[in-house]
Amino acid sequence: MAVREFAERGADLELVGIQKRFPGFTAIEELDLVIPAGSFFALLGPSGCGKTTTLRLVAGLEEPTKGRILIGGKDVTDTKSHERPVNTVFQSYALFPHMTIIENVAFGLKRRRIGDPLGKAHEALKLVELDHIAQRKPQQLSGGQQQRVALARAIVNRPALLLLDEPLGALDLKLRRQMQLELKTIQEEVGLTFLHVTHDQEEAMTMADTVAVMNNGVIEQMGAPEELYELPRTSFVANFLGQSNLFTGAVVGTTGTAITVAAAGGRIVVPTSRAQRHQGEVTVGVRPEKVTLHVEEPGESSARSVLGPGRIVDVSFSGVSTQYLVDVAGAGTVVVFAQNMGFGPVAEVGTEVWLSWAIDHGFGLDDEPGEGGRFPADDSTRSIAVQRREALVSELEEH
Amino acid sequence: MAFAAFATAEAQPQAPKKRSRIALFLLLPGIAYLVLFFLTPLISLVLTSLQAPREFGDIGEFDYAFNWQNYVTVVQQYLPHIARSFGYALAATVLALLFSYPLAYFIGVKARRWPLLQSLMLVLVIAPFFISFLLRTLAWKQILSDESFIITSLKALSLMAPDAHFTGTPFAVIFGLTYNFIPFMTLPLYTTLERLDTRYLEAGSDLYANPFTVFRKITVPLSMPGIVAGTLLTFIPAAGDYVNASRDFLGGPDTQMMGNVIEANFLVLLNYPVAAALSIILMAAILVLVGIYVKRSGTEDLL
Repeated sequence: MAVREFAERGADLELVGIQKRFPGFTAIEELDLVIPAGSFFALLGPSGCGKTTTLRLVAGLEEPTKGRILIGGKDVTDTKSHERPVNTVFQSYALFPHMTIIENVAFGLKRRRIGDPLGKAHEALKLVELDHIAQRKPQQLSGGQQQRVALARAIVNRPALLLLDEPLGALDLKLRRQMQLELKTIQEEVGLTFLHVTHDQEEAMTMADTVAVMNNGVIEQMGAPEELYELPRTSFVANFLGQSNLFTGAVVGTTGTAITVAAAGGRIVVPTSRAQRHQGEVTVGVRPEKVTLHVEEPGESSARSVLGPGRIVDVSFSGVSTQYLVDVAGAGTVVVFAQNMGFGPVAEVGTEVWLSWAIDHGFGLDDEPGEGGRFPADDSTRSIAVQRREALVSELEEH
Repeated sequence: MAFAAFATAEAQPQAPKKRSRIALFLLLPGIAYLVLFFLTPLISLVLTSLQAPREFGDIGEFDYAFNWQNYVTVVQQYLPHIARSFGYALAATVLALLFSYPLAYFIGVKARRWPLLQSLMLVLVIAPFFISFLLRTLAWKQILSDESFIITSLKALSLMAPDAHFTGTPFAVIFGLTYNFIPFMTLPLYTTLERLDTRYLEAGSDLYANPFTVFRKITVPLSMPGIVAGTLLTFIPAAGDYVNASRDFLGGPDTQMMGNVIEANFLVLLNYPVAAALSIILMAAILVLVGIYVKRSGTEDLL
């Protein structure tokens, strides 16, 4: 591509001790973050968690209260947004309504006095397959087309760092999937550093090399998508990224390789390497798809944790899998996803069942159990709170 | 308008006739009003402008004729006044725009976070309307008169020559016009700037535009509807204004504008054809200028 003439490689981004306070609330508590050059980094979190503020700080649209921002090793904290080698694809696209598409795309090039701005703008439009509508105005375009123009307008400048502020939020599901693929392809093709902010966990996991889960102005956990999913460290991550069954209890036994937790009326074994805390009250969990349903009590096995008996309270069929909700005394409601290998559900509502999962699939969280105030009212977190309270109440009833 | 209504009714016979009749019925008062108070005086004005003096008649006695030479005489005789009218109006419009834009930008964009301040400032912009503009202009005459504190101070500081005046000069007239029309400029500017989406400005700054370029390339084009409306609301009445330039207010013998000449011809000299011809020229000139302006500013798709 011709635009490579002025392209540098993507630069790495470093945030050092960033804090951002607005009058009345703190958006970002304390943030340290390094995004290596050329990576696709996703900042994932619920609305109001500080992720958009982080992006605006990097773009230079807000000033941090404390801390430094470094792009490619250069401190840019005190520079204005037009002086930073950064471009943003805005959530609202923010295409200038009084300019044609080609004028929009060439805007940044003209400001930097780069030669042949129109030619390069056409190249960028070809990349997003919209060169045929270069002379139209933004309001004549569909949402998906506007999104692609916004992307072209940003990448044509070959920024060291491309910021994406939930750019796919306004698109319908099918177009969204298509754009996710396109974005990923473009990122690999042009080799820029992408910082993608989103609240869609699926989007973050499918697109990014590294995902940081953010909540209440702090990064709860950061890592490769598989790592975050398989080994969440906090109950927020465990529930924001997919679903989890969580159980709280005291550690009653420790071997060299595993801890045993008395919870949910049984004993749950978790490998030491997969547990963050090894004594006292701990919260352990397992992903719903890792749990197997048994209609007869399974035999004791050192390789599996067993819960039960419980009763199925709900069965919902969703094509590839079936979701079972199982009421287990002392554990509240446990969610089980079973692949539909045969025809239809294997068990009905009211059936007595036992649950088991491989010990290696369990994980232990870092959270202080009963740390209720940590999560504000939020749909996903409220469900955790309810789940926890149910667990506690049933535990009390037992004693 | 009436013709347009007939035309569409004929062109689209499939449209329900009853509805167009109701629309016509509802339009009737408006049409009657326009015919009575706009079309009739306009025709009468055109006829008057072509009148010739009555033979052996008294002053102010004219007969209907086709005396088109009236227009030639008027242009020859009053060219300085015509030029002055449009010159002063242009200067006042530019000055009003320069004063109003920052004001409207502050109220409409910067003060968004403080709605109370926003409403307070809007009230202050409108407040002068509560007093007649004649009184306000007279007050300025007092404030800027030769014996006033301001002028004597300026003279004491040698910022003005001892024998200089302010009232009666073109500056005073342009000052008065600017002052009187600032609200008409500020309000339309405010209404467009109030809706200005600041995300476009952020996008501009993200695309390497410095604050000045953002203003020139994004803010100004996006506020063009307000600029066009404000300049029209200022320029048109300012070109025909006869108060500020009048000798009784801020003007002098050398600052007379078309409005003053028309007034003098109608009320003092009783030379009705000349006054009527001048009115028609003023109207036609404004129409042409405004037409070119609206066409060139290219705001059709922004409006």
